[in-house]
Amino acid sequence: MWSWLLHRVTGLAVLLFLLVHIVDIGLLSFGPDVYNEGIALFSTGIVRVISLGLIASVLYHAFNGVRIILIDFWPRGARYQGIMFAVVMIITILCFLPMAYFVVAPIFQPGTSAVALPM
Amino acid sequence: MLRISSGYGPRPTGGGFETFSWYFFRVSGVALIFLAIIHLILMHVTTDVACTSYQFVAHRYQNPYWRLYDWLLLTLALLHGMNGLRVVIDDYVRNRGWRLFLLSLVGLATLAFFLLGTITIVTFQPVASALQGASCVTH
Ligand code: HEM
Repeated sequence: MWSWLLHRVTGLAVLLFLLVHIVDIGLLSFGPDVYNEGIALFSTGIVRVISLGLIASVLYHAFNGVRIILIDFWPRGARYQGIMFAVVMIITILCFLPMAYFVVAPIFQPGTSAVALPM
Repeated sequence: MLRISSGYGPRPTGGGFETFSWYFFRVSGVALIFLAIIHLILMHVTTDVACTSYQFVAHRYQNPYWRLYDWLLLTLALLHGMNGLRVVIDDYVRNRGWRLFLLSLVGLATLAFFLLGTITIVTFQPVASALQGASCVTH
């Protein structure tokens, strides 16, 4: 029940971000100055903290999605759904913590933050 | 009490759109695990957001496979997410008129966002100066 509610809420939250993201990526068409001004907004402290919510949502939704699929297709999935929920939470937190560190750390060390790796 | 969504629960077998939708959630979900999580790591961990600048995109989109990657992520996430929104509306909006109105809006928005995203990815041609060195933005 809670896992389902959380799956729904995180799915809708990620969708909301996706719609915003399609628009901000659309700024590429207006050239470097316009686009980089948008990106500057994303690297402010407040938006970095908000983006932690996005990262946690994607991780939970993805791992719980695997759990849903296992319940559906693995014959013993329903029996282990409770244990799998605990595993989903643990993996979500374990993945979230290091990612959160990299997102938040630049707030405290402006200038030294990141290396752009052109690909 | 909250209602259980039509997309949840036993595997639908009737054929038709709801069955397709059920499988689409799962198939696109499996693809999105890789597409979305790798995307998050690339844009927030190995590169700081402050450095995902116009110049960064210009370099990255020299490689057409990154455009393909991003387009797949756009398309699958948008269809998966908007289909999820459709299920949520079906669950909570009981009035037929409102439901029809909102579902039409979801359909139109899906098309509009798909077109905007696709056009951006396909038509992006960096200004020449953007290819000289990567740069990070400051605020
Ligand atoms: C990252 C990998 C993902 C996996 C493994 C995944 C998995 C799933 C699954 C299996 C369902 C079906 C639930 C059902 O049948 O009731 C679902 C629903 C949903 N997903 Fe995802 N998904 C992923 C990514 C996304 C993304 C990127 C978005 C947003 C753009 C999203 C938004 C939604 C929404 C809104 C629902 C409907 C929730 C509901 O009906 O309660 N998902 N997801």
